[in-house]
Amino acid sequence: MAMKIGNEKFKDNVNKQMEDTFMRGAVAGAQERLRTRRLDAAEELGNWEEWRSHGEEIRQHTLDHLDYYLQELSENLQKRGGHVFFAATAEDANDYVKSIVKEKRAKKILKAKSMVTEEIGLNDVLEQEGCDVIETDLGEYILQLDDHDPPSHIVTPALHKNKEQIKEVFTEKLDYKLTSKPEELALHAREKLRQEFLQADIGITGCNFAIAESGSVGLVTNEGNAGMVSDLPDTQICVMGMERIVPTFEEFEVLVGLLTRSAVGQKLTSYITALTGPRTAEEVDGPSEFHLVIVDNGRSGILGTEFQSVLQCIRCAACINVCPVYRHIGGHSYNSIYPGPIGAVLTPLLGGYDDFKELPYASTLCAACTDACPVKIPLHQLLHRHRQVIVEREGRAPISEKMAMKAFGIGASSNPLYAAGSKMASSVMKPFTKDETISKGPGPLKAWTEIRDFPAPNKERFRDWFKQHEKESGKA
Amino acid sequence: MRVTLFATCIVDMFQSDVGIATVEVLERLGCEIVFPTGQVCCGQPAYNSGYVEDAKKAMKKMIATFEDAEVIVTPSGSCATMFKDYQHVFRDDPEWRPRAEKLADKTYELTEFIVDVLNIEDVGAKLEGIATYHPSCHMTRLLGVKDAPMKLLSHVEGLEMKSLPNAQNCCGFGGTFSVKMGNISEQMVDEKVDSVTETKASYLIGADGGCLMNIGGRMQRRGKPVKVMHIAEVLNSR
Repeated sequence: MAMKIGNEKFKDNVNKQMEDTFMRGAVAGAQERLRTRRLDAAEELGNWEEWRSHGEEIRQHTLDHLDYYLQELSENLQKRGGHVFFAATAEDANDYVKSIVKEKRAKKILKAKSMVTEEIGLNDVLEQEGCDVIETDLGEYILQLDDHDPPSHIVTPALHKNKEQIKEVFTEKLDYKLTSKPEELALHAREKLRQEFLQADIGITGCNFAIAESGSVGLVTNEGNAGMVSDLPDTQICVMGMERIVPTFEEFEVLVGLLTRSAVGQKLTSYITALTGPRTAEEVDGPSEFHLVIVDNGRSGILGTEFQSVLQCIRCAACINVCPVYRHIGGHSYNSIYPGPIGAVLTPLLGGYDDFKELPYASTLCAACTDACPVKIPLHQLLHRHRQVIVEREGRAPISEKMAMKAFGIGASSNPLYAAGSKMASSVMKPFTKDETISKGPGPLKAWTEIRDFPAPNKERFRDWFKQHEKESGKA
Repeated sequence: MRVTLFATCIVDMFQSDVGIATVEVLERLGCEIVFPTGQVCCGQPAYNSGYVEDAKKAMKKMIATFEDAEVIVTPSGSCATMFKDYQHVFRDDPEWRPRAEKLADKTYELTEFIVDVLNIEDVGAKLEGIATYHPSCHMTRLLGVKDAPMKLLSHVEGLEMKSLPNAQNCCGFGGTFSVKMGNISEQMVDEKVDSVTETKASYLIGADGGCLMNIGGRMQRRGKPVKVMHIAEVLNSR
């Protein structure tokens, strides 16, 4: 699996997903819980709008000086004995990790949750090398056991599964014999994973934010699995998207606070880990070898464009948790590991319009996403910008729509045309009208009236009434 | 005060009652209403679908038509937002940008105008019954008008307001989204209709013609007996 998770058409995907009533109930419930928690956490912190502006400023500053901070990060990590590899493509990143695996003759690889490794399809590559790759985030672990079911959310990847379904997966794959109680399921996973941790040759983590001033990789988890993945195996690899970096620990603190509050409504997560190179002579734990893989994979192509602000994203999923479209279609409909509003902006940029040109239209531009974003990415504006690029720069819109919009431009800018058109509307629509309602409309109205009634055009337009009104009040 | 009315194309063609109510309410509050007949559509259908160049033709026409107005008032949060956005659309155009900025500065959504400019919260309206209010997305999030409608409604004699569950969620209109992604739109509007039904309100009130056409059209199709009213009509009830 890489960023694209299937080959179905967007429409077919959506229709299939919308039939999944469990998923829809789970998503709606989670949205309501997470939204309330986020709002409570923001209120508790106070001055939320100022914190957002501060977060935005930090992200913009870092992106504007990304080359500088990446170099600082890289130099500082190397000083601490770490290895740094800049990967231009997914393939480069995977090849580098593969080369370490070969060199170490590694068999068992443990992973903490990482969206960028999903994006580059690292697990598949390592499995083809004959490695046993084990996800240790509970959600990811469940999905991996379930024949690599793709994540449907970037923070809670198994959101679409209920405890009964999880129990079935455990029963089939882990010889589980207990009930569907979440505590029993979690305990079982924990026991299994503990054995794996002790046998792992290599640990792979993602990176929430790298810290340039010290050459550290910062990780945020509630399960403590990232700590285990990075402490126990002798070789450690961190994979990060090239934009996931802050200048100093001061900015790290601000962004972690925004991330945990926005993602799950927590002041802090249970574990916040900063990894800084391999263990030193005085240290008793940690890996003896440390690699940082910095992945571009299309990101530098977004820098400096009208879409640059999407790189401000800190992967909190607040936009997903408020999106009324995601609410009904779920994560898998987007056909990308990045779903929801952020996915609808980012996926076409990383994966191209050929496969993902419908995504920017999967929004009412209601701006709930923009409102929720803790680093103020203008998501609804970026979705709109995609539409403009698709229509005007790429010329990918259907001919009929182009003609209609052309006619709109001409009609709406000419008084006689608009006046005549609006005056005629009532009589043109008469054959379709019954009791002032159109319930089966022609042409472009067909799609509307398949779902809802449409009002018949006024027999007397407002402007006609107003003219009369002016006359009566003696003004005209 | 001399108020130049931007009626919106939906009101002009489909909801003239809303336009009439707007005029009557404002006149009662002492305003003199002007309606420039050169007004067309604000350009949203084309703009939101990505046809910015086609939309600009309508936008220029609107700027030229409303340029001389003292204040512009419109009974639609979404169309007011579009007017205010013209300055961003024309940000690289030295001729049209300043004209668009001036337009933005004097544009008000109806309830915002009554509460913030006229400083009136009680317009003397009367309407018996239970109602719920759908806050439209563009009006609340982009225009930032959240409290004005609630203040006005709280003073309507005889009207009991019930809060709408998940009011913040979009109704699924989204302009061309409603037909382009009709299957998703249907699920969204159905949830909205269910929320309205849950309040047991007899009136659904809103401040945007598009949203009301969507929710109202679906309620009518599903045989729900709830009456859909634009806030201008409520404020004009006596």
